[in-house]
Amino acid sequence: MQTNRLLTLAKQALLTFTVSLILFAPISGLVLEGFSFRNELTRAVLLAALVAAGRVALSLVGMTAIGRKIAGKAASNGSGVTVMTGKEKSPALILGLIFLAGLSLPFFADKYFLGIAILALIYCLLGLGLNIVVGLAGLLDLGFVAFYAVGAYLLALGAQYLGLGFWSALIIAPFLAGLCGMVLAFPVLKMHGDYLAIVTLGFGEIIRLVLNNWLEFTGGPNGASVPPPTLFGLEFTRTAKQGGVPLHDYFGIAYSADYKFWFIYLVLFLVVCLVVYAVERLRVMPLGRMWEALREDEIACRSLGVNHVFTKLTAFMLGASTGGLAGVFFAVHQGFVNPTSFTFFESALILAIVVLGGLGSTVGVIAAALVLTILPELLRDFAEYRVLVFGVLMVVMMIWKPRGLVRVQRPAFFPSTAVKGAGTAPLSASPEAVR
Amino acid sequence: MSEAPLLEFSGVRAHYGPVEALKDVNVHIIKGEIVSLIGANGAGKTTLLSSIFGAPRASSGKILHRGEDISRLPTNRISRRGIALVPEGRQIYQEMSVEENMMMGTTPIGMAHFEEDRATMFDLFPRLKERRNQTAGTMSGGEQQMLAIARAMMARPELILFDEPSLGLAPLVVKRVFDVLREIAAMGKTIFLVEQNANHALKLSQRAYVMVNGRIHLSGESAALLDNEDVRKAYLGLH
Repeated sequence: MQTNRLLTLAKQALLTFTVSLILFAPISGLVLEGFSFRNELTRAVLLAALVAAGRVALSLVGMTAIGRKIAGKAASNGSGVTVMTGKEKSPALILGLIFLAGLSLPFFADKYFLGIAILALIYCLLGLGLNIVVGLAGLLDLGFVAFYAVGAYLLALGAQYLGLGFWSALIIAPFLAGLCGMVLAFPVLKMHGDYLAIVTLGFGEIIRLVLNNWLEFTGGPNGASVPPPTLFGLEFTRTAKQGGVPLHDYFGIAYSADYKFWFIYLVLFLVVCLVVYAVERLRVMPLGRMWEALREDEIACRSLGVNHVFTKLTAFMLGASTGGLAGVFFAVHQGFVNPTSFTFFESALILAIVVLGGLGSTVGVIAAALVLTILPELLRDFAEYRVLVFGVLMVVMMIWKPRGLVRVQRPAFFPSTAVKGAGTAPLSASPEAVR
Repeated sequence: MSEAPLLEFSGVRAHYGPVEALKDVNVHIIKGEIVSLIGANGAGKTTLLSSIFGAPRASSGKILHRGEDISRLPTNRISRRGIALVPEGRQIYQEMSVEENMMMGTTPIGMAHFEEDRATMFDLFPRLKERRNQTAGTMSGGEQQMLAIARAMMARPELILFDEPSLGLAPLVVKRVFDVLREIAAMGKTIFLVEQNANHALKLSQRAYVMVNGRIHLSGESAALLDNEDVRKAYLGLH
């Protein structure tokens, strides 16, 4: 038994050592010097030995009782969907506390942290929007950043050509982005999976390329500036530039550049809360149920009389609208937009948020959005290894939690008095269960 | 024919690409009847059933529902005419709860009668009531079949199409399924049943069609078909 274990350990160590040596030898073992290579193989061997030692340590932990417990927990997390029992405590108190904490954050946070919080909330919005399309309706959309760009450019170009302000853009953006969502959705109605992904990827690139190359209208790579927001005619700048009164003059307080960020944060926070509420409501409404049913089985849906055109269009449009909203906040926060903010990397990041959070889970998406925006900031100390560490963490997360951070829970419905006796009696006490 | 048929196939042909799956099929179902369609694998039974919902669409001929041609209607409009399908292999929503599956069934008529109909279904299928907050995919095959039937019934259909409800079920459960079909017929529903299990199907139905290679080979009273020498040899395994 003991020798068996030792043998497995040795095998694992040898395998890990060999694989990592193959990987490290060319990367860190050979250093380019002029036109020749300098041999630094000892470094590669050391690194490989380190990795092998780590592997052995991991196996040793896995052999102890505690390690096995953790592994078992992680494995059991990966399977199945649960349905709520309906006997869960109402989360109203916790939600209320989170709401208040969110509202009061600007009073505690410094400007740097508030900036990250705004960015995190913007990604929350984007994640929630894409979650409708990918998580609920099951339509893989790789060009989601297009709608984000539409929202952002609506504010920038609207201000430039039509004199739109922050508030009017905030109202128009969901409609315009939703319209773009519809334009994309019509040609892809009959597509599934990979094919759909490719078309949406193309759509995202088209929008970016148009923004990049239509110099006269969008300003091309030079971008476009975005006016600062106003609140009922009060401005957040030191001196009034848009024909209003500066906020600090109106209230007779000292000027601070932070007020603008406080304002953006608070409006954004309220919008995120509203969207979360809407999405949670939609999930228990017939429309949300149709989305999820369509994701599971389109043929069964159509035979049940689900209008799949309408259902897919609404999913695309509502997702796109949310993306458009996020774009407006991004533009007003940055004060400037240009096409480099809307590359495929952004789409991939938003998709990562949805997948890591757990497809279809609102709480998971919010958690993932917070983690994925705050994590790179915390990793600033690692400078150039930031993206590497980020990638490794994502891989590790997917191994441990293949269904995302938060498991999806099906909402539970309860029979009212119309169903005989089922309303109050617990399941175990029903006559069928006893029989 | 004294009464006008509720559903009628007249000269229906259907193709999968170049392959002709239905060759000039004529079938009619009268309100209140139980009609079964039996045949071997690949005879075109399922194609005939799903052509009602336009998958595949009939390439020629007419599918008449209450005298109107429905072969060109969008799928979702067809189920709104009071036709429900219990698909082959059940096709329930695996990751949704039992109750959500039943809610999906109400799509054509809305949620107005939901609680009343759910109570009826829970009386018919006590197992579903026990498991109403369980994900549908975790139930046994028989329970899933019950759920598929309940889901179809939630739309208050006049005509229910069953595609091989006994597929992959244990003999005892198959018997239970056919008992349920009898109960549903007693509720005044018209049933069109496609089955490979010819023995059960013929004993349940009043009339039956036998399909071979995309054509209706035989038709008539079920009792007569049960005694028919050809049918006994080919589908009942008796001599």
